[in-house]
Amino acid sequence: METIGTDVVIVGGGLMGCSAALDLSRKGRSVVVLERGFVGAQASGVNFGLLRRQDRFLPQLPLANRAVEIWHRLENVVGEDCEVEIRGHLRFALDDEDMAVIEDYAAGAREYDFEIEILGGETLRRRWPWLSDRVVGAGWSPDDGVANPRLVTPAYARAARAAGADIREEHEAVEMTHDGGGFRIVTQNGLEVRASIMLNTAGAWSHHVSANFGEPVPLTAIGPPEAVTEPVPYFIEPTIQRVGSPVVVRQVQRGNVIIAGKPRGIADNVTNRAYVAPRSTLANMRKALEVVPSLGSLNLIRVWSGIEAALPDNLPVLGPSLTTPGLFHAFGFSGHGFQIGPAVGVVLSELAIDGRTETPIEPFTMGRFADYEGEGSDA
Amino acid sequence: MAMDDPRVVVVGAGPAGVRAAEALVKHGLRPLVIDEAPLSGGQIYRRPPPGFRRTTKELYGFEAAKAEAIHRTFDGLTDVIDYRPRTLAWNVQDRVLYTACDDVVTPVSFDALLLATGATDRVLPFPGWTLPGVYTMGGSQVALKHQGCAVGRRMVFLGSTPLLYLVAYQYARAGAEVAAVLDTAPFSAKVRAVPKLLSNTSMFVKGLYTMAALHRLGVAIEHGVRPVAVEGDDAVAGLRYRRRGEGEVRIDCDAVAFGFGLRPESQLADLADCDFRFDPVFHQWLPQCADDGRAGEGIYLAGDGARIGGADAAEVSGELAALSLIEDLGGGPGDKARSVELSRRLSSLVRFQAGLAGAFPWPADMARSLPDNAIVCRCERVTAGEVRQAVQRPLGGGCEINRAKAFSRIGMGRCQGRFCGLSSAEISAAAQDRDISSVGRLRGAGPVKPIKLATVLDE
Repeated sequence: METIGTDVVIVGGGLMGCSAALDLSRKGRSVVVLERGFVGAQASGVNFGLLRRQDRFLPQLPLANRAVEIWHRLENVVGEDCEVEIRGHLRFALDDEDMAVIEDYAAGAREYDFEIEILGGETLRRRWPWLSDRVVGAGWSPDDGVANPRLVTPAYARAARAAGADIREEHEAVEMTHDGGGFRIVTQNGLEVRASIMLNTAGAWSHHVSANFGEPVPLTAIGPPEAVTEPVPYFIEPTIQRVGSPVVVRQVQRGNVIIAGKPRGIADNVTNRAYVAPRSTLANMRKALEVVPSLGSLNLIRVWSGIEAALPDNLPVLGPSLTTPGLFHAFGFSGHGFQIGPAVGVVLSELAIDGRTETPIEPFTMGRFADYEGEGSDA
Repeated sequence: MAMDDPRVVVVGAGPAGVRAAEALVKHGLRPLVIDEAPLSGGQIYRRPPPGFRRTTKELYGFEAAKAEAIHRTFDGLTDVIDYRPRTLAWNVQDRVLYTACDDVVTPVSFDALLLATGATDRVLPFPGWTLPGVYTMGGSQVALKHQGCAVGRRMVFLGSTPLLYLVAYQYARAGAEVAAVLDTAPFSAKVRAVPKLLSNTSMFVKGLYTMAALHRLGVAIEHGVRPVAVEGDDAVAGLRYRRRGEGEVRIDCDAVAFGFGLRPESQLADLADCDFRFDPVFHQWLPQCADDGRAGEGIYLAGDGARIGGADAAEVSGELAALSLIEDLGGGPGDKARSVELSRRLSSLVRFQAGLAGAFPWPADMARSLPDNAIVCRCERVTAGEVRQAVQRPLGGGCEINRAKAFSRIGMGRCQGRFCGLSSAEISAAAQDRDISSVGRLRGAGPVKPIKLATVLDE
């Protein structure tokens, strides 16, 4: 059996794990990442790629703002082009009631140094003439945007490896113990890793890790329904989403229009398959047309999904274990982890090194589930 | 699964679907038959549009009697089945089949689903294959059969498929100049396959007849060639190819028809959770079903959509799968004697097809050695070099084909990998010195073919 001693062992090679690995390695810590499949292949790689702050849980904005700062210079951070496009996010309203929601949120966001510009219907149609006539106004956040999720996590992983991290794909952690002195992790293929710090960034499999250390959580696996059209000349620059609607639309520069929404489909974290419900596809297509009517003649060519982890209050767990010293959790991002991912990695790195972070993460405490006695759910 | 009024759906109205529907009706059922085409007959017995006046003999040659029988049978069923032509079955989930016609989606709940979805050309790219004037073998045959037009005046037929000789012959008879028939398989492959091919003497003789007829017409036939590139700026002007052990040859032509056998349209079987395995004889991933068509609870596969067997096997397997379905529905013991007889005929036809697969092998080396700048995935314009780069990159997931897709975009376009999937897998495997069966297959997702965004749901 091969044995490695390391400062930090990270279970789960998604965006959270790989960005933490990069920051830790650059700060001189030795790191081993154990990924059961391939880096960034699940939630980190199959999401919509949305870098959106509007409508986020307000106390999460410090983390989101920190992420914006990283996204804007991502190419310098990871050394690869990940198709980051900062072209703004448009959250729009079809009536005054919706508009009030946008204005309320903008007022709240200002408290967290996130400025949302309020635009009226005429301004909107002058700038984006393809928007439906029914749009009465919108909140505009020009510093938000998109990135290609398929590229981001592998880029982080390669940068981390170049900085010295030991990244092992197809290494599933099957034994995890803490003996008072440190952690001992054994993988299915017989690698033993000993570390004083452990990060649980195992996505839709995180509940197995946390339960192993006496912290069960009501985690469920979900599959986001994503769909894409054939390519047409580029015209939709910002990402667009209606207040109260889960449907979000964007266009990539190569021409395809991407549509995401709800309801989330069946995601099976045992067989690793996630299915898009045909009715979701149809419902999301219809809602996209309400926003951009001219899309009607396009063909939908492809759908995809993947396996994300959700918690009942739609907020992640981010912070120290309440049972095991040296263990930190980051999981359950409930369909909105991509934007904050790079900041989560840095926060995890700070927690691993200093035991604390300047970024407020109290709302994401594991303590929310202290009374939970189930096992979470596998599909 | 006994029930009073079972909902039975057949997808496809080619020879397999027609014989399945016939058997279901005979046993008192009223199946719903969904077909993409405006007229029944499938690809092989495709009917010309109204107003075309060529005889069945002119259209179907040797197979005219079989075509007429299939057409007659189906025409006699339309009053006793629920027939929905021009309808795409684009997804299946939780025992509901989603169909689309004229931009309206109708979900159809079923108790039993019989997929007779047929096959398409198995594409193998070579430099210049995306130039206007290059057609797949099946496509060029459809142009002739369905629309009565030739895809070129001076044509080269290239590849490794029984259709190579047949379609060249059909074009020659229709008046096109056949500049050459270039078989990528060595002649020895055909000699070696003779024992298996003799399991169907009449088909074997028809094949020999076609080759002899081409000889009589003075058509040059070459074996063991490799295409180098199609030449031309914005249309086909010629083809360069290599003869065995010799240098390059150039031949003038204005169209190239190429074919490398068929691949099942197995996307719905995939979405219906059928098991898939890599079949070394047919050199592709095939949905698994028993010889009697059973492929999972309430799911039945028949015809070329399950495994490439040709039209005769499709008729037999369609009826056989229907008899299995009837038995499972609890409508009696089905027809045991008939099932046994059909099984016996099917196994002989399958043996013949295995022989054909040997006589017309897939030239994997062509994909593996494809130049870096050649396009593999035409929907997304992905080159062989980009596939290789994606799979060789560290932490890029190796050559697992869905990872190669994620990083190179192969198979992300309109065709969803139906045409580039196998070649991409071949290139990925070669780039990592692996066997093709170890790189997996592209996961299916619905819609299996594009649907318009303005499509509405009708319930």
